[in-house]
Amino acid sequence: MQLLEGIAVSPGVAIGEVVVIDNEGFRIPTRFVTRDAVDEEVLRMQHAFDSVAAEISRNHERISDQLGVQYGAIFAAHLQMLKDPTLVNEVTGMISEKHHSAEYAVSKTLRRYAKIFQELDDHYMAERAHDFFDLEKNLLGKLLGRRRESLSKISTPAIVLAHNLTPSETAKLDPRFVLGFATEVGGPSSHTAIVAKGLEIPAVVGTGHFLTDVSGGDVVIVDGDHGQVILNPDDKTLHRYQEELEHHRSLAAELSVLRDLPAETIDGARIQLGANIEFPHEVNACRERGADGIGLYRTEFLYLGTDEEPTEEDHYRAYAHVIQSMGDRQVVFRTLDLGADKLGQLPRHEEENNPFLGVRSIRLSLRNLDLFRVQLRALTRASALGPVRVMFPMISTLQELRQAKMLLIDTMEDLVEDGYELKEKLEIGIMVEVPSAVLMLDKFLKEVDFISIGTNDLIQYCLAVDRSNKDVANLYRASDPAVLRLIETTIRQSNEAGVPVNLCGEMSTSPKYVPLLLGLGLRSMSVPPSSVPEIKQVCRSVSIEQCEAIAQRVMELESALEVDAYLTDQLRQIFPELAI
Amino acid sequence: MSADIQSNSVTITNEEGLHARPASLFAHLANQFHSQITVTRGEESVDGKSILSILTLGATQGVQLIIRAEGLDADQAVQQLSQLVESGFDV
Repeated sequence: MQLLEGIAVSPGVAIGEVVVIDNEGFRIPTRFVTRDAVDEEVLRMQHAFDSVAAEISRNHERISDQLGVQYGAIFAAHLQMLKDPTLVNEVTGMISEKHHSAEYAVSKTLRRYAKIFQELDDHYMAERAHDFFDLEKNLLGKLLGRRRESLSKISTPAIVLAHNLTPSETAKLDPRFVLGFATEVGGPSSHTAIVAKGLEIPAVVGTGHFLTDVSGGDVVIVDGDHGQVILNPDDKTLHRYQEELEHHRSLAAELSVLRDLPAETIDGARIQLGANIEFPHEVNACRERGADGIGLYRTEFLYLGTDEEPTEEDHYRAYAHVIQSMGDRQVVFRTLDLGADKLGQLPRHEEENNPFLGVRSIRLSLRNLDLFRVQLRALTRASALGPVRVMFPMISTLQELRQAKMLLIDTMEDLVEDGYELKEKLEIGIMVEVPSAVLMLDKFLKEVDFISIGTNDLIQYCLAVDRSNKDVANLYRASDPAVLRLIETTIRQSNEAGVPVNLCGEMSTSPKYVPLLLGLGLRSMSVPPSSVPEIKQVCRSVSIEQCEAIAQRVMELESALEVDAYLTDQLRQIFPELAI
Repeated sequence: MSADIQSNSVTITNEEGLHARPASLFAHLANQFHSQITVTRGEESVDGKSILSILTLGATQGVQLIIRAEGLDADQAVQQLSQLVESGFDV
């Protein structure tokens, strides 16, 4: 058993077999073979060793001829490793004594050697770990042959482990079969984190190196509540986690009775509780969990995992599906919210020193009008199908809002000319997630139909903290009094102006902040589908009067620490099971 | 004739240490002898005929190794292997 500490980015617990995504993306089909199959398995192993050896010999000759004996020498070394009796005995032993499959035995053994090398002090020697990964790759290639399973074809449930999942790799995975994620690097805002939350599967990132310690087929536990990954757990640990899974399930069942009940406080205030989604198929989860609508539909997925620019029809199909599935419930679309580095469709961008202060989100859209117009056309067309709102992300000046609005109006005129029937008015709003937008809010409120507070970016830009930087991540606190003041003034001014205000950041997914936010006057929130029942339960357990008293007290506090301690204590009194 | 035991202490002189190519040469030569051959670095002893085992010693330049052979050709084995290491694997 081996315990790894990482950053918890998506809650829940998953237990299952491992799929390791390396450069090659091999999946080891089975860990064990039956006793009868052992001899055949050893033969398969020997055959694979022989044919890889033959291949290396050919390379040896070819390279020696072309480049000289010195260059061929590395192949001689590979060949000798492959024929090394220690190695062969070890692999054979794993098959004949422990009944492991040839693939598993090969992977486990070679990775063990790779790890020994990685741990050597000498840099040159540490690099030699690659030789073992090379050999592993070649042997597995021979062993699996046509049976080799590519990532897009994972067809049984598994836990995906990787150094760092790229958006395109994630996009290729079939979410039905992914039980959980763990990656060696990455932070809370990494793509893996967003996708995992979207899919409602547990995920842990930033654990540091561990891929040499696992092979496909090993059993692993991903604990997305505590940020832990446990490789090859012992029976006691496995049992404990199985019980925890059961507890999760029964709590979920308990909360599921809330599905058809409104998010309404004890004293009758109706809270709009929407869901945040990333993928169109998540509308099912929204309905099952009893969300009032979609408070945030992130449209980025259309751009990820492909180098082709999505067409207007690609956009339209996805949007139409979401709107039609939600019936008369509202859907709030957020236009493209990505940095240039994540978009394969754009020409190579210049390296930015500070991507988060650079060309991203609405700035990117306004600089790539062809790209933006395609999305706007599809959105506007789809808006005829149901109650739809359009929201522009990361607005930092009035000019940006006006430009974006003008483009949208242009698009509507074009569509009318093209013969489409549209609604007369499309509700347009902005994300308030840059402090400048809060400071200029009175002006913005005159030009929008609604606003939505995005706490993740607001916290980052208010406190000047990159939360994926572990040295300062502890400064990233939703409960920081400065952040709370920005939120308080945003809610108050919007309410005074009669402009609907929603909050869709991660802050609202933490039950302890809900009484505070209601007390500050918020009546609309949007959370991941998985959090809907929990947040609804909190809303139904409090009165506005009580919340206002809590908010008043909190706004007098001077540090995030005090705020968190106070709110946790309050939640414990309201709903003890949720106070962690 | 009874089995002979021989041993000798050598220092790695070549710049790159006992990495893949030199280790390969060492194991290759060791396999030419009938004797059982072990290589020791500090408290760790490994099979001198196994390239993997030799590599895992992580012997870099300046590291001292003990080459030990047991068998009929032990004398020859230790002598030739020591020579290989001391020549900086310059063959």
